[in-house]
Amino acid sequence: MVKKNTVKKESNEEQRGRRDFIVVASYAMAGIGAAAVAWPLIDQMNPAADTLALASIEVDISKIEVGQAITVKWRGKPVFIKHRTEDEINSAQSVELSQLKDPQADVERVINPQFLVMVGVCTHLGCVPLGQKTGEIRGEYDGWFCPCHGSHYDSSGRIRKGPAPLNLEIPPYQFASNSLIKIG
Amino acid sequence: MSTNKFSNPVVRWIDHRLPIFSFMDHELNEYPTPKNLNYFWNFGSLAGISLVIMIVTGIVLAMSYTPHVDHAFQSVERIMRDVNHGWLIRYIHMNGASFFFIVVFIHIFRGLYYGSYKAPRELLWILGVLILLLMMATAFMGYVLPWGQMSFWGATVITNLFSAIPLVGDSIVTMLWGGFSVDNPTLNRFFALHYLMPFLIVGVVILHLVALHRFGSNNPIGIDPSGPQDTVPFHPYYTIKDFFGLSVFLSLFAAAIFFFPNFMGHPDNYIPANPMQTPAHIVPEWYFLPFYAILRAVPDKLGGVLAMFGAIAVLFILPWLDRSPIRSGNFRPIFRIFFWVFAADCVALGYLGGMPAEGIYVVLSRVATAWYFLHFLVILPLLSVIETPKPLPQSLSKSVLGGTAMVGAASAVKEKI
Amino acid sequence: MMKWRTALIFCWITFVTNVFAAGSGDVVLKHKDWSFNGPFGTLDKAAMQRGFQAYREICASCHSLDYIAFRNLSDLGYSEAEIKAFASEYEVEDGPNDDGEMFMRPGIAADRFPAPYPNEAAARAGNGGAYPPDLSLITKARANGPDYLYSLLTSYKEPPSDKDVPDGMYYNAAYPGNLIAMPQPIYGEDVTYADGSPADVSSISSDLVYFLTWTAEPSIEKRKRTGVKVMIFLLIMVGMSYGAMKFIWADVKKV
Repeated sequence: MVKKNTVKKESNEEQRGRRDFIVVASYAMAGIGAAAVAWPLIDQMNPAADTLALASIEVDISKIEVGQAITVKWRGKPVFIKHRTEDEINSAQSVELSQLKDPQADVERVINPQFLVMVGVCTHLGCVPLGQKTGEIRGEYDGWFCPCHGSHYDSSGRIRKGPAPLNLEIPPYQFASNSLIKIG
Repeated sequence: MSTNKFSNPVVRWIDHRLPIFSFMDHELNEYPTPKNLNYFWNFGSLAGISLVIMIVTGIVLAMSYTPHVDHAFQSVERIMRDVNHGWLIRYIHMNGASFFFIVVFIHIFRGLYYGSYKAPRELLWILGVLILLLMMATAFMGYVLPWGQMSFWGATVITNLFSAIPLVGDSIVTMLWGGFSVDNPTLNRFFALHYLMPFLIVGVVILHLVALHRFGSNNPIGIDPSGPQDTVPFHPYYTIKDFFGLSVFLSLFAAAIFFFPNFMGHPDNYIPANPMQTPAHIVPEWYFLPFYAILRAVPDKLGGVLAMFGAIAVLFILPWLDRSPIRSGNFRPIFRIFFWVFAADCVALGYLGGMPAEGIYVVLSRVATAWYFLHFLVILPLLSVIETPKPLPQSLSKSVLGGTAMVGAASAVKEKI
Repeated sequence: MMKWRTALIFCWITFVTNVFAAGSGDVVLKHKDWSFNGPFGTLDKAAMQRGFQAYREICASCHSLDYIAFRNLSDLGYSEAEIKAFASEYEVEDGPNDDGEMFMRPGIAADRFPAPYPNEAAARAGNGGAYPPDLSLITKARANGPDYLYSLLTSYKEPPSDKDVPDGMYYNAAYPGNLIAMPQPIYGEDVTYADGSPADVSSISSDLVYFLTWTAEPSIEKRKRTGVKVMIFLLIMVGMSYGAMKFIWADVKKV
């Protein structure tokens, strides 16, 4: 193990090339390895398997009277399900699209016009609008009203007045039967 | 330190105001390092990397862990089952503790053999012992968090050590627990402290590095480099060597994580904590076993606790116990024998700590404990007086001539000290 | 010199860790060559499905499986529809409903297996004071878990004449102390397997070991598969960094 102290010059270009290659390749491997390890550390922040398993729910809507609404929890957020009256359906359908801030026809927002299903989170800054329970303020358009910053939604959940930029979001859902909807 | 050495203008601009690049260049790039370091000098950087691995995986685990007696065990199982890659991250953290201790123990024994604690590196050594103490506290509190049977009973036994303190012992233990037994308040504060202490370790590690860079690394010959011909710049020579060492380390580490992740753990910790029932054999994690053996060797509660803490305390004063001016064990024929006897003694203590405290094991534990203290308090001071060292080489480069009596060098070292 | 120092350290670690791996002590276990052993080990899905059936028909009346949800059964090779069907066979407590009452509903895939007893006290009361442990982690919570479980299930014997077996206890050659509160659970032909596999004591026990090894660590197969890849990568890195180190150090004569 004991050798003399002399520093040899690289004898030729070829050897230097080989040397540089293997050195760079080694450090490159370290980089790849670090990136491969980084992914699990980041991905662990995504929803876990038990959270994802609850990502869809089934709701029985047969007991909602005309004019009544229920709120169910889906992915930690309130989902409004409203059994609309004929008047509400008519007024929602008769609005001119040109009057809307976020133009969308009522038929695009429902599967069955009697039941309006939407995420009850104001598109402004995330508060929950009022209007679900009888007696709550429903805003100037007889739909929902967000008390935080005064956004008014109509009976189709569309933004009509106030700072919110978009209509209330429609979650992905389908009718499993006439009385059962599956959200998510 | 001229700022002109950086070609990138942004780097130059920053460095002129905040000389961070000059600092890094000086300490990590050109930093002159003895060129004769062997692989035992890899374990310092490995320890640093282990610390980083533990902190990163620990922070990530804390995102899914719940420090509450009703949820802790379940939240760990949720990490193992439902959190994305959670099993991998937790196994890294769990085995990482053991590997961190393996690395640090080798690092310490390297220092013991090559006399790295001697002048002018006494504070460097003391900071290292402080890191060991902090690591032990951190590891102990971390082991409590999964709230399995071993967690609970380990916490109970170790916190009860403090009840040995005369007069105020019981009050101290009640305060540590935040109640009348190990319970939810205990778990909560252990989590808080387990999260905090690694960052204290980082702080002490920085001081450890500052102290190291003051005089540079010791080396297997144990004499100071006499000039540039004895050293190489840290980069690329030791960066690549540390990288090679890291690759080997990671291979062993990965083998443990992926193929026997529970080998160094205890099956009882997969049983949720039950304050009504102690497991048949309770043992601490393997890295505590030598100290546990010392604790049990003394047939007196306070005495045992003092002996155990004394076993670490004695390391703090080691630089003043071993007065021999020769650093490296390679040139100390008698020391060398006693070093290996001491190493075997530590292994024996580790073995005895895992054995039941009965019969022959008690006797052997006492002998091994006595030897542990004898080594530090009697043998080392005595050897520094009576031992005749082998002649030292004149310089690191000329150590090839080591055989041809360089008596002058030995006295030269003495003068320096 | 260096080699035996390293060897010494590793001996110590191995030795010391073996010492407490040998927790359950004084009984000799039967060793089986499980398919999940070794770095390339895999789980046997057919055996796991049989073990699942055996768990439901034999063990589930006393032992809970707290950490397993029905959705996890997809690991055993069941389809989403089959899992829904399994889940709906169980009644799960939910609520409170709008009247503030808890109510029972059929299970869904996201539910965990309902426990046979509402709490530990009830479990003890129903089993003469003994608590049937949760089985989710049983193979990890016992030293040499798979062998231990297999041995335990297949070692119910007539007690030797000098052994006094009190009421409510049973003789088991594999249990530490030989007296166990669990009556012999498997006698052979306790279940009828759809695939016509043998249902003797040994086969059912073995199937249960496969199932409960999976419940203890559903990621075991993934862990080993990932491990092989990681090891290959790291060994290449060892080789390359060694080569790079030799190249870089070639122009320095070492002392």
